[in-house]
Amino acid sequence: MSMQGFLRADGRKGIRNYVAVAYLVECAHHVAREIAYPYRDRAHVIGFPGCFPNEYAQKMMERLCTHPNVGAVLLVSLGCESFNRHKLEQVVRDSGREVETLVIQRTGGTRSAIAKGLGFVEQALKTLQTTPTVAMELSDLVVGTVCGGSDGTSGISGNPAAGRAFDKLVQSGAACIFEETGELIGCEDIMAARAATPELAVELRNSVEKAARYYAELGYGSFAAGNADGGLSTIEEKSMGAYAKSGTSPISGMIKPGDIPPKGGLYLMDVVPDGPVKFGFPNISDNAEIVEMMASGAHMTLFVTGRGSVVGSAISPVIKIAANPDMYVRLHEDMDVNAGRIMTGEAGLDEVGDEIFDMVADVAAGQPTKSEALGHAEFILTYKSFEPIGPACLPV
Amino acid sequence: MNRTDDRLIVLAASDTVAVVRSAIGEGERLWISGQEITLERAVTMGHKLARAPMRQGDKVLKYGVAIGSVTEDIAVGAHVHLHNMKSDYTPTYALDHKGAVV
Repeated sequence: MSMQGFLRADGRKGIRNYVAVAYLVECAHHVAREIAYPYRDRAHVIGFPGCFPNEYAQKMMERLCTHPNVGAVLLVSLGCESFNRHKLEQVVRDSGREVETLVIQRTGGTRSAIAKGLGFVEQALKTLQTTPTVAMELSDLVVGTVCGGSDGTSGISGNPAAGRAFDKLVQSGAACIFEETGELIGCEDIMAARAATPELAVELRNSVEKAARYYAELGYGSFAAGNADGGLSTIEEKSMGAYAKSGTSPISGMIKPGDIPPKGGLYLMDVVPDGPVKFGFPNISDNAEIVEMMASGAHMTLFVTGRGSVVGSAISPVIKIAANPDMYVRLHEDMDVNAGRIMTGEAGLDEVGDEIFDMVADVAAGQPTKSEALGHAEFILTYKSFEPIGPACLPV
Repeated sequence: MNRTDDRLIVLAASDTVAVVRSAIGEGERLWISGQEITLERAVTMGHKLARAPMRQGDKVLKYGVAIGSVTEDIAVGAHVHLHNMKSDYTPTYALDHKGAVV
């Protein structure tokens, strides 16, 4: 399949052309869901549940509503929440996208808001049929990676195989993002040694030390009970497995959620908030991490799982990589790639890495992933606060 | 002689643990680092067995790096997990099969 991208006004290219239906407070979630549901393969629900203002959430919603995979946006507001819907609407309009804001308290309630929203989506989908498409290269892609439901196999089969695919993508000029600094605890030294500059090495190390302090104060590491059942004993052990997803390329930079990689290369995303611990756990579940990489422009995410996660994502496809061969047998309908063959000796890391790399190109060309075909469109966004990255994070 | 069972993977030469590639039953005999041992308890895929004797306070090495510290002496072939090692960073949270926090 040849890659054709949906051309956006900022020059970025999308691999999908969704209508985003965005609720701006939990109170508007139901209306948003009802509006998107009849068109759920082409209209996806995203949103922020909180009623209190939050700069991070504002930035994330701005980035997500102007994501290259999104062609038009319907904002759904209750009417009295603190979210700055005017600013968000302006940002989306300035991006050249069709946008409308539905305020439930003004439209006469649930029923009339849904009817009005359905009208917008139907009309927007017609307009999106005329979105210009252009040839797209691997170097136009931003690809994220995450692991979830990890076990003792993840760090031996799925994660290093994803790392091989990342190496090939970086060589092809793509921007690749790995993240979850809380799952890099113990890897500081070997990771810092891969930094493009000594100043970046300091930033990488600081980000992991920040994560270690943050989790220590919370009393739990980024470690779920199922990880231990699967043979993982400590956060450092889990980290070494997670770290393998980054491959072996030099690390070009460090970004925070919503920062768009300026060029191809490998980037670490620092996902742990700055300042004193507040708002609770940094990323309460895997989709929170996927959402942050999407906000940084990720067209798709490689998701390695040992225990067997079934999630997908709104607006960006998720390629599910099974690390554990026994789990693959049980959950193969949810898995795109069987990296468990590395455990049984049926395939090598390079072979599975090539398979993942080829699949990235196919999915970019329009082939639906398993989770997409099953209708998975999970989304979660919660409170955080960040300082902007310093100049050492993105060396030129 | 450094004979090691095919059902185990050694990830780095300096490692003091090997990873179980497929489930091994209680009482089975297997070779690890040239020693024949009898497995004291069944282990499933992804778990670790000691390939070197370890003393309390030693670092457990996997992928060639420390993944935690030994909390009680470990013999070659023993299952290495929450009962005999711990994190050097944050404690590990786990549930047993009845749902109790261990």
